[in-house]
Amino acid sequence: MTTEVQKMIEEKNADLPLIVIKKLEKKLESGKLKKKDLGKVMDRVMDVYEKAKIEPGEGVGVLAAQSIGEPGTQMMMRTKHYAGTAMDVTKGLPRLIEIFDARRTPKTPMMTVHLTKEYNTAEKAEALAHSIKETQIRHIAKSLKLDFLKYRIVIDLNKEELKKRGLTPKVLETIIKEKFEKQASLEKDTLIIKAPKKVASVLQKLRGEVLKTHLSGIKGVTYVVIQKEDRNYMVYTQGTNLPDILNVKGIDPKKTKTNDIKEIERVFGIEAARHMLVEETKDTLKDAGLVVDYRHVSLVSDAMCADGAIKAIGRHGISGSKASVLARASFEETVKHLLKASAYGEVDGLKGVVENIIVGQVIALGTGVPELIMKTEEKKSKK
Amino acid sequence: MKSQIPDETKTCDVYCNGKFIGTHEKPKELIEELKKLRSQNIISPEVCIAYDKKGKVHIVSDAGRLLRPLIKIKNGQPMLTEEHLEKIKKGEMTWAEIVSRGLIEYMDAAEEENTLVALNETELTNQHTHMEINPFVIFGICANVVPFLNHNMATRVTLGANMSKQGIGMYCSNYGIRADTQRHLLTYAQKPIVKTKGLDMVNYDKRPSGQNFVVAVIAHGGYNMQDALVINKASLERGLGRSVFFRSYKAEERKYPGGQVDLIEVPDKEVRGYRSEECYRYLGDDGIIEPESIVGEDDILIGKTSPPRFLEVIEEFGMSVKHRRESSVNVRTGEGGIIEKVLLSESLDGDKLVKVKMRDPRIPTVGDKFASRHGQKGVIGFIVPQEDAPFTESGIVPDLMLNPHAIPSRMTVGQLLETIGGKVGAMSGRMIDGTAFSGEPEADMRKELEAHGFKSNGKEVIYDGITGERLEAEIFIGVVYYQKLKHMVVDKIRARSRGPVQILTRQPTAGKAREGGLRLGEMEKDCLVGHGAALLLKERLLDESDKTTVPICTQCGLVAVYDKFRDYSYCTICGENVDITFVEMSYAFKLLLDEMKSLCIYPKLLLGEKGGL
Ligand SMILES: [Zn+2]
Repeated sequence: MTTEVQKMIEEKNADLPLIVIKKLEKKLESGKLKKKDLGKVMDRVMDVYEKAKIEPGEGVGVLAAQSIGEPGTQMMMRTKHYAGTAMDVTKGLPRLIEIFDARRTPKTPMMTVHLTKEYNTAEKAEALAHSIKETQIRHIAKSLKLDFLKYRIVIDLNKEELKKRGLTPKVLETIIKEKFEKQASLEKDTLIIKAPKKVASVLQKLRGEVLKTHLSGIKGVTYVVIQKEDRNYMVYTQGTNLPDILNVKGIDPKKTKTNDIKEIERVFGIEAARHMLVEETKDTLKDAGLVVDYRHVSLVSDAMCADGAIKAIGRHGISGSKASVLARASFEETVKHLLKASAYGEVDGLKGVVENIIVGQVIALGTGVPELIMKTEEKKSKK
Repeated sequence: MKSQIPDETKTCDVYCNGKFIGTHEKPKELIEELKKLRSQNIISPEVCIAYDKKGKVHIVSDAGRLLRPLIKIKNGQPMLTEEHLEKIKKGEMTWAEIVSRGLIEYMDAAEEENTLVALNETELTNQHTHMEINPFVIFGICANVVPFLNHNMATRVTLGANMSKQGIGMYCSNYGIRADTQRHLLTYAQKPIVKTKGLDMVNYDKRPSGQNFVVAVIAHGGYNMQDALVINKASLERGLGRSVFFRSYKAEERKYPGGQVDLIEVPDKEVRGYRSEECYRYLGDDGIIEPESIVGEDDILIGKTSPPRFLEVIEEFGMSVKHRRESSVNVRTGEGGIIEKVLLSESLDGDKLVKVKMRDPRIPTVGDKFASRHGQKGVIGFIVPQEDAPFTESGIVPDLMLNPHAIPSRMTVGQLLETIGGKVGAMSGRMIDGTAFSGEPEADMRKELEAHGFKSNGKEVIYDGITGERLEAEIFIGVVYYQKLKHMVVDKIRARSRGPVQILTRQPTAGKAREGGLRLGEMEKDCLVGHGAALLLKERLLDESDKTTVPICTQCGLVAVYDKFRDYSYCTICGENVDITFVEMSYAFKLLLDEMKSLCIYPKLLLGEKGGL
């Protein structure tokens, strides 16, 4: 069924985005907009929309850079604390730099875990949070001794901690036996693990290995915080492991996210990563109380993700892989770029801004875009 | 604190002036014994004994340590008592005596680590080992310039302390016979009415660097917005903020190997590099300028000729002529003044040495920078004639009008206190103590102000200078010590339309001294790009900079040669029968092409119509 608005659009041959059309339809439905006024309103909307469009030749890249860079100077070094807990998250300028540098791992990796409706109660959220938290042997060890006489490690278990983390000695035994096989044995409250070789250095090495043995929870999650936002319980984790958390029952896999953008890229792909770049940048800026238009952020994210993998802004990323030799050389490592380009016989088409400034030509931007094209007599005769 | 030092350890290393001298089992006992000897003046009071974090005892007596005196505390009581102070007042006891008796100890940075120092008597506890002689000593010399600094925000004090270094003052009393390369001197420097103990200690009264201004906190027609200052013209004519700038130039009759010498003389017209006759007009017969002549930029102060750089220069006609070189000393570009003094002397090598001192009186003009001692800086925005300036009931016209907006966000309460203090001091004819933590209490000053018939809050009824009407609001007015800072417009003002270029890049030179242009930098470039002002960008970066037209061989794409005499061009590689096109480019790019060639890169230019590639 075509609505009034759609009819009008066809009639006027208008080019309007979906969101505007939907808004118009809503207004029309609610009666705020009368049918007889639709034509006039449509004209005005089209006019405004046309004016809001970016004109050809606008230097959007520079605008985006300045629009993000200038507020960036006002940002302070800040860390956000989660309500009275020891967990903190990098925010402000350091986080912004981290995002645009496309770091392999963020300084403070964290996940925001949303819960499904059934799990949206205080008790269930609490239980889920505890089950997520990773338990290693070092968490449940009361004391650890290196027995250099018998070449073994003796661990006294902390029974209370064990209970708190939902582990029984029996479960523990099976996990341990699986990993260390016959070397491990559990006697009452002490865990004994023998070294495979009777060498002191082997024992020392084993100590680290034993302490870090994963028992339960999700690998990498060292700390959890539960917070109630609006009516929903959320679990924030320190440390991130997206593939594993997606398999946990009770979480909402559609909403659960991590601030490790590279991990998003690995798990969900580049489109999700692009979206996450935008979201994280927006959140960081919003957190510092700065308003930056969405379009600037999305342009930067598009540029970072344009060739299928996240590329940093800077020498190792976008600037280092520009098409123009001169642009690359003017940025950093001039000689290296020039020599490489000459070895491959590269041709610089002088299409960008920097190249044309170097050479001394009018840049192809703004007033430099329009050119006068005249058909000469010669060409006419050919026709 | 003493408790950190263990009574007994296995071995404690002892160092003397950084050299290991032995070990000791009881470091605490050792240190206490040594300090006892020091307090008895058996060991010099300048020796410091410190126990460091690594558990080593250091005994130091070498030079170069900064020491500061602290009052010794025993059982929570200062060892220096009222009795002692009384004796000192009577002259029965000296400082040296107090120190030698161990009542006051000198601390260096290392020993200070073992102490707990109280700021004043009220916070003394049994744990304290020392006490400051006066709390203001926790600030340095520059910070102590600021009166009532404990009422200011720390950043403002820092700013004020840093700016006081730039204030023009009477820096010494023998300025008349000195020949400083460059120096500013405040003509009528005054002692500050509101001073501090710290200022007295550095004899600030003898070398002050400011004047007591009558300051009204009032807006004046928008001419003092954004930290600008409005200043009274009549005050300036009375000598307020007037300073002199001195610059000395020198020339030396150097001797060269081979018996050649420089000569201080009026250069002959034959001399190589002879400037116009006009430049030499002030020179006396001896080639040196006469005192009290008024000189402008590029005028010659000392005429000098040097021997030719290369002996036996073969001139065009094959004749060997020895022309001396002109090497006179001239006034710097953009400067000028009156010749104050000419000094004739001899250099260390025994050569004739001439120094010419030039003076340039500076009356404050729009754009000159002034600052109070509280980090409140501003430039003159307007010089108001006295008849147009607001006045008080008693006819006082402020020297300076400070915008009220300068106060709240910066929270320089100290300046407000100084304003009241200055007013009290001026009325009572005495100095006001504004020392940090111990300055004159606000209440006392207010009372005294009231006794003089003023309002205790320092506000007064003010009349508009132009209409004569009474202003609705009462205006805060008082006396504040202001400094003229050394940044003056005449030193900074500059403009350029055409001028010199660098030889290598053919771009305009940089800097005022070289008559340079203003750089359109990376970020300014970004702005023009952001606005899409492509043609303006090209004009700035090419047309008004290093534009050149270069012949390019269309065959090999390298720079060709254009022979202007025969008006034809050829390529050094491809010969004469090739198309050579003239291309407009920046000289810096041509230089880049040349440099690439030196890197063994072949930068071939592919030519085409615009947008054709
Ligand atoms: Zn050629």
